[in-house]
Amino acid sequence: MARYIIRRLIGLIPLLLGISFIVYALMNLVPGSPTSQFEMNPNIKPSDIARIQENLGLNEPWYTRYFIWLGNALKGDLGISYLNGQSVSRIITSAMPNTLALSIPSIIISVAFAIPVGVLGALKRNSLFDRVTTIFATIFYSTPTVFLGMMMIIIFGVKFQEWGLPNLPVAGTHNLRGGGDPWDRIVHLIMPVVTLSLVSLAGWTRYIRTQMLEVINQDYVRTAQSKGLKYRSVVMGHAFKNAMLPMVTLIGLSIPDIFGGALIVENVFGYRGMGQVQVEALQFSNYSVAMACVMFFAILTVLGNLIADILYGVLDPRVRLD
Amino acid sequence: MAKSSTLTNLVDEQEDVTKYTSLGAAQRDRLKENPGFYTRAWRRLRKDKVAIASMIGLILIVIFALAAPLIETWTGHPYTSTNLRAALVPPGTVVVDPATGESTRYWLGADGAGRDILVRLAYGGRVSLKVATLALIFSVIIGFTVGSVAGYFGGLLDSALMRFVDMLMCIPGITLLLIISVMMRPGPTGLAFVIALLGWTGMSRLIRGEVLSLKRRDYVDAARVLGASDHSIITKHILPNLISLIIVYASLSLPSLILYEASLSYLGFGVRMPDPSWGNMLNEARQLFRKSWTFTFIPGMAILVTALCINLFGNGLRDALDPRLKE
Repeated sequence: MARYIIRRLIGLIPLLLGISFIVYALMNLVPGSPTSQFEMNPNIKPSDIARIQENLGLNEPWYTRYFIWLGNALKGDLGISYLNGQSVSRIITSAMPNTLALSIPSIIISVAFAIPVGVLGALKRNSLFDRVTTIFATIFYSTPTVFLGMMMIIIFGVKFQEWGLPNLPVAGTHNLRGGGDPWDRIVHLIMPVVTLSLVSLAGWTRYIRTQMLEVINQDYVRTAQSKGLKYRSVVMGHAFKNAMLPMVTLIGLSIPDIFGGALIVENVFGYRGMGQVQVEALQFSNYSVAMACVMFFAILTVLGNLIADILYGVLDPRVRLD
Repeated sequence: MAKSSTLTNLVDEQEDVTKYTSLGAAQRDRLKENPGFYTRAWRRLRKDKVAIASMIGLILIVIFALAAPLIETWTGHPYTSTNLRAALVPPGTVVVDPATGESTRYWLGADGAGRDILVRLAYGGRVSLKVATLALIFSVIIGFTVGSVAGYFGGLLDSALMRFVDMLMCIPGITLLLIISVMMRPGPTGLAFVIALLGWTGMSRLIRGEVLSLKRRDYVDAARVLGASDHSIITKHILPNLISLIIVYASLSLPSLILYEASLSYLGFGVRMPDPSWGNMLNEARQLFRKSWTFTFIPGMAILVTALCINLFGNGLRDALDPRLKE
């Protein structure tokens, strides 16, 4: 087991190097540079721009810069923002907790709802419950995150206020006037988390229902029933465990989608996290910040896949990891 | 209804071979009538009410988008023409021009600059559907090429291509899309290509797996013994067996492409103003959410209903074409 994990971790190194190289090359091969914003300004002389470029190290060819960046990043130095000279690590560490506070609860909520709903739907196939949940799952599966978020803002933020009902804040991570305590932050998180959860919840519910349906028609489930085991222990002990196995992989593979969704949700709710930082960085060709964001997401994704594989090996004795 | 039930009988009769004891006229008819794979799939599909309803819905949406110039002439509001007198009017309002006394109706209201939302919805649909369809075609082409080459030739080429796919799959899709589209500022076709650059990875894995098993079949060996080139084995012997798989996978991935376009345009990195798309109509609606819910609801529902119809139709197609592919 330990050997497998070590081997996989070593395998991650070329993967992450490859990702960083591709992304760095992409960002630098297309037009636009951190100094493009000065080129339109008649008050800035070309010699000044050249000086700024030299100071930022932008006069080197991009592949040289990549290796400089890589060397520094491995030492833990992510460089400075090309826009305001702030340290990239500081920008990332201030935005990261917000993104994690958004995405981790939403993964937990999605799993907590999707498993019972999907399993019950499969056990009581074609019942009213099954039909209603399937319809809702299909609708939410087709709903754009943006639309869902904006309608939540309109209903729970704007309309509830008009009707004099308790309403939720429409934007931000906390109330700028006197807010910022944990309760205030949780209130600001409700709508973003629910929005992000609903879409992945819908897909997962459908998936679990299909898995469970497949498993309860297997021979070993029929055998377990016919040897007189209680219905409950057949479902929980035989069917459920096997239906959940592919779910582990699915959650691991959904991590990039969740962070992609978080980026949209952050934008809709004006919630400052990694996604917002990244969108801003890209708008101003702020490579150093954008690189750090992409690598942050990539590392999380790669680790998510690794953990899913390891868990799969732990849960399923048929899979031998080494 | 009656027509479909006679067809059902027909199919049942064909299955029942034992009815015919000798080579008679009936059996000759049966052989003549013997339907092919796609005919049978179509017969299965049209028994699926949900799939047919969603197909009709989808056709109506496409007609609505294609009829955009007609809607433009009918309402008399070109999609970029602004009319400040009509700014932010609710759906169904009749706006009178005091100078000429002419009155025009805004069926779905008008946006902040007084542009007719109905007309923009139709034109936006054109752009959104075009981007998604082109992206799908590009990603199927790239995915098929990479997947079949990797699966067919195997070895080092296969591992190199699949490691590359792994790498792309580890970067959150939207991130990579943003990087490319923010800097290239593509038009609709360029945007479709950019979306396809990401969308092909899943397709290529699926095709690779299928090609791995197909290339070991006897008929492929036979073709090779007869001296067929790799190119003709892939296109003439392997591709036809993958068509139904490609159709199913493509129809199930189309909704996500529509949602990608919408998200990108919403963030301001996709289709740019004054060209409308459903995504950038949502972007405009952001400033107006306190004014009225209709600005958000109309383009949002357009995306939702389109994605929903394609999803339901895709599910029906999957069941009809390839029952193995259950989710």
